[in-house]
Amino acid sequence: MSIAVSDKNSAVTQKRSIGAVLWDYLTTVDHMKVAHLYLFGGAFFFILGGIEAVIIRIQLLVPENDFVSAGFYNEIITMHGTTMIFLAAMPLLLGMMNAIMPLQIGARDVAFPFLNSLGVWLFILGGIMLNMSWFFGGAPDAGWTAYAPLSTTSPGHGVDFYAVGLQIAGAGTLMSGINFLVTIINMRAPGMTYMRMPLFTWTTFITSILILFAFPALTVGLFLLMFDRMFGSAFFDVALGGNTIIWQHLFWIFGHPEVYILILPVFGLFSEIFSTFSKKRLFGYTSMVFATMLIAFLGFMVWAHHMFTVGMGPIANTIFSVATMAIAIPTGIKIFNWLATMWGGNVKINSAMLWALGFIPSFTIGGMTGIMVATVAADYQYHDTYFVIAHFHYTIVGGTVMGIFAGLHYWWPKIFGRVLNETLGKITFWTFFIGFHMTFFIQHFLGLMGMPRRYWVFLENQGLDTGNFISSLGALFMSIGVIVFIYNAIYVWLKGEKAAADPWDGRTLEWTTASPPEHYNWKQTPLIRGLDCLWIEKTEGNGKMTPAEPLKDIHMPNNTIIPFIMTLGFFISGFGFIYQTENKLWYIALFGGMAIALLAMLVRSLQDDVGHYITKEELKGEAK
Amino acid sequence: MKGWMGKIKALMLMGFTALLLAGCGKENLTALVPKGYGADESMKLIILTTVIMGGVLLIVVILLAYVAIRFRRKKGQEDFIPKQVEGNHTLETIWTVIPVILVIIMAIPTTLVSFDLADASDKSDNINIDITGNQYWWHFNYQDEEIQTSQDLYIPVGEKVYLNMKSNDVIHSFWVPSISGKMDVNPENTNTMYIEAYEEGVYWGKCAELCGPSHSLMDFKVIVVSKEEYEKWVADMQNYDPEVEPESAVAQEGAELFEQNNCMGCHAIGSSPIEVGPNLTNFGNRTKIAGYLEPTKENLVDWLKDPETLKPGNLMTGKYPELNDDEAEKIAEYLLQMKVTDVTPESAGK
Repeated sequence: MSIAVSDKNSAVTQKRSIGAVLWDYLTTVDHMKVAHLYLFGGAFFFILGGIEAVIIRIQLLVPENDFVSAGFYNEIITMHGTTMIFLAAMPLLLGMMNAIMPLQIGARDVAFPFLNSLGVWLFILGGIMLNMSWFFGGAPDAGWTAYAPLSTTSPGHGVDFYAVGLQIAGAGTLMSGINFLVTIINMRAPGMTYMRMPLFTWTTFITSILILFAFPALTVGLFLLMFDRMFGSAFFDVALGGNTIIWQHLFWIFGHPEVYILILPVFGLFSEIFSTFSKKRLFGYTSMVFATMLIAFLGFMVWAHHMFTVGMGPIANTIFSVATMAIAIPTGIKIFNWLATMWGGNVKINSAMLWALGFIPSFTIGGMTGIMVATVAADYQYHDTYFVIAHFHYTIVGGTVMGIFAGLHYWWPKIFGRVLNETLGKITFWTFFIGFHMTFFIQHFLGLMGMPRRYWVFLENQGLDTGNFISSLGALFMSIGVIVFIYNAIYVWLKGEKAAADPWDGRTLEWTTASPPEHYNWKQTPLIRGLDCLWIEKTEGNGKMTPAEPLKDIHMPNNTIIPFIMTLGFFISGFGFIYQTENKLWYIALFGGMAIALLAMLVRSLQDDVGHYITKEELKGEAK
Repeated sequence: MKGWMGKIKALMLMGFTALLLAGCGKENLTALVPKGYGADESMKLIILTTVIMGGVLLIVVILLAYVAIRFRRKKGQEDFIPKQVEGNHTLETIWTVIPVILVIIMAIPTTLVSFDLADASDKSDNINIDITGNQYWWHFNYQDEEIQTSQDLYIPVGEKVYLNMKSNDVIHSFWVPSISGKMDVNPENTNTMYIEAYEEGVYWGKCAELCGPSHSLMDFKVIVVSKEEYEKWVADMQNYDPEVEPESAVAQEGAELFEQNNCMGCHAIGSSPIEVGPNLTNFGNRTKIAGYLEPTKENLVDWLKDPETLKPGNLMTGKYPELNDDEAEKIAEYLLQMKVTDVTPESAGK
């Protein structure tokens, strides 16, 4: 239909109006621009979740504080957890996967660009939906785990927004998972065999499998929750024969793989960083790949370790306990392989590498306490206390967030075309790193000293004052670190110089494209000759990739607004679902929204959009 | 094997002493100074895993520091290309096998202790107490003794006590850190655990599962007394006649107001099985008001007049006519004089 449409995304730089930029992003199907959307969205929600965290720490600065009310505090903790997991950490990782994975395997884009765009808009509007609850009578207040019956009986619409918002955002994530899987299976450049894929691509692949199998459990759980709250069913209503423990199982069958969804990509990107900045190939590549698979596999076998105190009995408890401990083995292999990668290397310590070096002890402490909480009879003491809070922040902040910072410092040139400022980067690292340990290390002790989690106040004279004060002080340092990072990003955007294609003397394929890459990535798909393919060309060839094809027309997908409209339909419909309990007129919104979404699907199905070609002549012209 | 165990024990002792010196929190609240069987067993596992995993952490940190310093890029060395090592089978085998051994060392005692703590074979030979979790208070029903009470749980020292726990609304979790680990209190099934306290005293208990706005104020106490005192307490509680008129005139008026305002619609006094609100028998000897306030008349008056401020989301608010200062004071007087026994929290451990 529109083969001849001229290329709107042409790299020919020209001043464009804000409206044009906005329209470009609303309609984009380019993997790098979708990555930008994931990163901007994730950063926004990360800041929001951070503000919520700071409110928590102010409330717990002194005993019996009344900075916020009890009800509001529960909303804050719920939204902090939900936002950070679903709307910050995961989208930031999906953003980096979107930006880098196609570049690492030599693909021009992901397999389903339309689906990619749909996924990011579902995430953004799902996140907005969830946060709309603040303006419509209060946010969800049953904890990010939303245990029934507290969640099913919670007054107001807060938990409704939780169920619907996460349902929408979760659908987006599921789509991304499928998309990445198909991309990696089908779109690798010639010569890019599985065992030549960079570790980040490997972990993206395995993470996508986790998403594929874990998210449906959440979807089912959320549907049951929705029906209980909005349509009078009684899946979790004990009085009517329901069972509340089912929710816990469904939630954690999703929830435990979810923590590996958060950590595995980071394992991948750290492998790249250690290797690049040590100028050595990754030590034990094969065992790293299989360790990742093993962690993912075991990750599905251990969900009930979140439920040791539920009363499952000693047989179930010990089986899940020992299975959990087993995860330490492949994780340990990874840690030692990273150390061995640096051993004998030429280790350059810059910002990205600082995060990687800081990650190792931080995450090892998280792993150490992971074994401790897996020890079932000891967990009777740890469970639901600040010890657990400390443990999972050591893995999620000490692992995932540090990984995100490392990845951003490492790939910023590739994603945004600028190199982040080193001095500011180091300030960010040290303030955040010190603040992080200050905030969370002491919490191990607070938990064992008798402070349960999700406590609005702690009482006077219970020996918890000093620990909480130190913890709150640490949050200040972490905040400074994040603010410096944001300043850094804006500073290099305005003042920074354009980054070179390969600023770090890289080893993998993404460094062969321009920074940032053309939207078709390569004029000619490169031929891959081994693991660390760019490094091979640097040491054994002329430093350039050999093309695997002659210069020819490149087929690219067209931009489209349909994914956004489809998502808008779901968004409107979501409000209908939530408010039809009060007034049946809201059915108009419910069915109206659905109609918009279905209509958008119909248009998409009937429209004959075959994309456009970038001609050989254009490619040659740009080469000048 | 024996010598090795001895070393571990010595290490555990050292670790424990170090922790004690560093400050372990408030006595009778902290899990770090165990004073009961469950807490003690958990503590042994905590120390074992801390020592083993702490050792692993130490090795990782030392290696990391070494590589970061020793192999750091030096000036003029920017172009040095190190040997590209693919891997090393011996090394990789070592750091796979050693963790396997460590996991086995930890898994065995973990399994033994969790089966031990779940063993309820002698349940019928011991004291059984039914516990009901409510937003935001605890009901205690001594099955065989036919005693109903709330918030303060009296148990004898050195004896196994079985707790059969169920929730009346949302999920709670029963936790007395110094005596034992926690157990969830679910609405659909009864969970059983046993506790055994080593020393007399008043122990803090807490709700450990988010249960609503006042989750953090759902504290309770376990009062561990000698066997003789426990028997006396049981007898006094059983023999208490709720119909007895209070001595002072003010308290009598309070008792009448208590009746007029239909307080007993929710609050039983004596062994009545009503448990809509906390059973108030022996209220004068309670350690706290509403779980966390000092048991003064002033606090009780404040509570009676405005429970919502003191415990947000509680179910008492708005269930009775508003009380003026005078009425509240009289009811407070009545409740606080209600001392059924001279086995009190103060006498525990003395």
